[in-house]
Amino acid sequence: MLEHALRGDKRYWSWVIALMAVMGAGVLFYLRQYNVGLGITGLGRDITWGFYIAQFTFMVGVAASAVMVVLPYYLHNYKAFGKITILGEFVAIGSVIVCMTFIFVDMGQPFRIVNVFLYPTPHSMMFWDTVALGGYLVLNIIISHVTLGAERKSIAPPTWIKPIIILSIPWAISIHTVTAFLYAGLAARPFWMTAILAPRFLASAFSAGPALLILVCFILRRFTKFDAGREPIQKVAQIVTYAMAVNLFFVGMEFFTVLYSNIPEHMSHFQYLFLGLEGADNLVPWMWVSVILGIVSLGMLTVPETRQNDQTLILACVMLFVSLWIDKGLGLIIAGFIPNPLHHVVDYVPTIPELGISFAIYAMGLLIITGLYKIALSVRKQLG
Amino acid sequence: MSVERRKFLKLAGLTAIGVAGGLSAKALAQEAGLVDTAAATVGDTAETPSSPLRAKRWAMVIDVKKCREAGNCTECQKACHLVHNVPEFDNPKDEVKWIWREPFGNAFHDQEHEHLPEDVKHTMTPVLCNHCDNPPCVRVCPTQATWKREQDGIVMMDWHRCIGCRYCVAACPYGSRSFNWRDPRPHIKKIQADFPTRTRGVVEKCTFCEERLVRGQLPACVTACKAGAMKIGDLEDPDSEVRKLLAERFSVRRKPALGTQPEVYYVL
Ligand code: SF4
Ligand code: SF4
Repeated sequence: MLEHALRGDKRYWSWVIALMAVMGAGVLFYLRQYNVGLGITGLGRDITWGFYIAQFTFMVGVAASAVMVVLPYYLHNYKAFGKITILGEFVAIGSVIVCMTFIFVDMGQPFRIVNVFLYPTPHSMMFWDTVALGGYLVLNIIISHVTLGAERKSIAPPTWIKPIIILSIPWAISIHTVTAFLYAGLAARPFWMTAILAPRFLASAFSAGPALLILVCFILRRFTKFDAGREPIQKVAQIVTYAMAVNLFFVGMEFFTVLYSNIPEHMSHFQYLFLGLEGADNLVPWMWVSVILGIVSLGMLTVPETRQNDQTLILACVMLFVSLWIDKGLGLIIAGFIPNPLHHVVDYVPTIPELGISFAIYAMGLLIITGLYKIALSVRKQLG
Repeated sequence: MSVERRKFLKLAGLTAIGVAGGLSAKALAQEAGLVDTAAATVGDTAETPSSPLRAKRWAMVIDVKKCREAGNCTECQKACHLVHNVPEFDNPKDEVKWIWREPFGNAFHDQEHEHLPEDVKHTMTPVLCNHCDNPPCVRVCPTQATWKREQDGIVMMDWHRCIGCRYCVAACPYGSRSFNWRDPRPHIKKIQADFPTRTRGVVEKCTFCEERLVRGQLPACVTACKAGAMKIGDLEDPDSEVRKLLAERFSVRRKPALGTQPEVYYVL
């Protein structure tokens, strides 16, 4: 099937080459980081995790969100998702690889990463996160390979794949839950130490990921012959709406608990994010933009007229995605470190090499997804 | 944690005694002009390596009042950083610190209030790894590169196993761990031959000078403190100096509510 990815028109190849160029630049930046150390990033003694880990966290959500189309299709036999389920699974594959690469570039001694397997440590959440992510990748590769293979031969998928598909559903939930546990179990960082972190992660994932899928469907409709159809897109839009409503509700819970209880240790992080703390306020405008985009997009998705109109739906999905990216991909991780455990306030800005490496990883993810989509769509085209 | 590795580390420790005691190694290093030996610089040259100092549970008591009376000096930090080849960076971002001073309100944020005596407010408090009994840094490490020693409770670091994920840094509630953001070697003023240097990309922290205890020497900071503000001893031994101090004076620990059970105590 792989040969399909190697045949394409001019537009396909320009896109592929553009992505490769971004990746090439990233490799150069990474070589520099590899030689000099993580000191070339904006990170430092006080803020030890930043842009890389935040992107990892955000993309785990995008990966997990595939479950929102897999579940209705396989569990409830919701036929309308037949065409897009595989697209969701491919997004999951690309996202998990992106996640793993972000972890890899964040390591001080990247080639020692095998130590995680040589000395398996059940009391470390990072160990379980590695297991969960690795397992999820394998599950999705098997499932998509087998189901697409069956589709190509116009036969029903073998029955043994069904339990694996069912297993992938709780597994998807687990990857984001365990990722939340990475943070939520740390008494040192009051900002993350909230039991609602895992549910929040899931709610934001189940809105951001499917919103992305809607956008992908529109992009495919515009640039290829693939049309997901109106019904599945509208269904996914409803899922996005509910998940986003739950997500904003959860965020509201956080605010209430922190502000009403009035515990300074917990409040200071929120203060940093939304008002600025002792002059550190790099994220303040971002966070407000995130809040506004989040609320407005939910409003647009809730009103049937704007949800059912393609143009406003696209706009709402873009706004929602940006809002949640800011929330998780910028605010959440960094604010955990500000102020630091000794109550010093140090601000953080990612550096050019850090951003260059990050863009390259995203480009790699897009390249993987492009290749996989190309294969899936070619298979379908052959079938007519 | 495998028994094998512990045995190996003990063995390595014993070898270290041999090396440190061996005149030839010292002489060679000094001759090279590159290094001077750690012992000489913390003023205990006379202290010939003797039998190891042992404790069931090492703990430290810091008399902050004495620090204050001594004018909040930095001798402990200088001595520690010197003997352990701790690099010095001129920007705080890349900094590596094993023991350093914090204003009282930063070290004890939850116990500060505006009506504290002025001198307490302005005390610079020495802070270091607390060698917690219930260390979150150990709990989170995915490779067991940091672990708590069963025999004496010291929280140890294996720089050769650490993958540099910095999960332990995120988990330590005291900011006691440092990461080597850059190659530390060019930033070490005078390399001590009898203590390893680190590579970039690994975490490090205070180890209660376990390499000195095994040679029968007190930690470098304790030896260097002219005011006698720092005491180390066996918490399980009712006659130890630390236990006596804790029995006589009122003491506090940092962030006790977190349940980490820090084993560095402060008397005010
Ligand atoms: S002070 Fe920090 S680094 Fe030291 S043992 Fe406790 S948690 Fe670990
Ligand atoms: S940075 Fe090193 S010591 Fe710390 S948790 Fe990671 S592997 Fe363990």
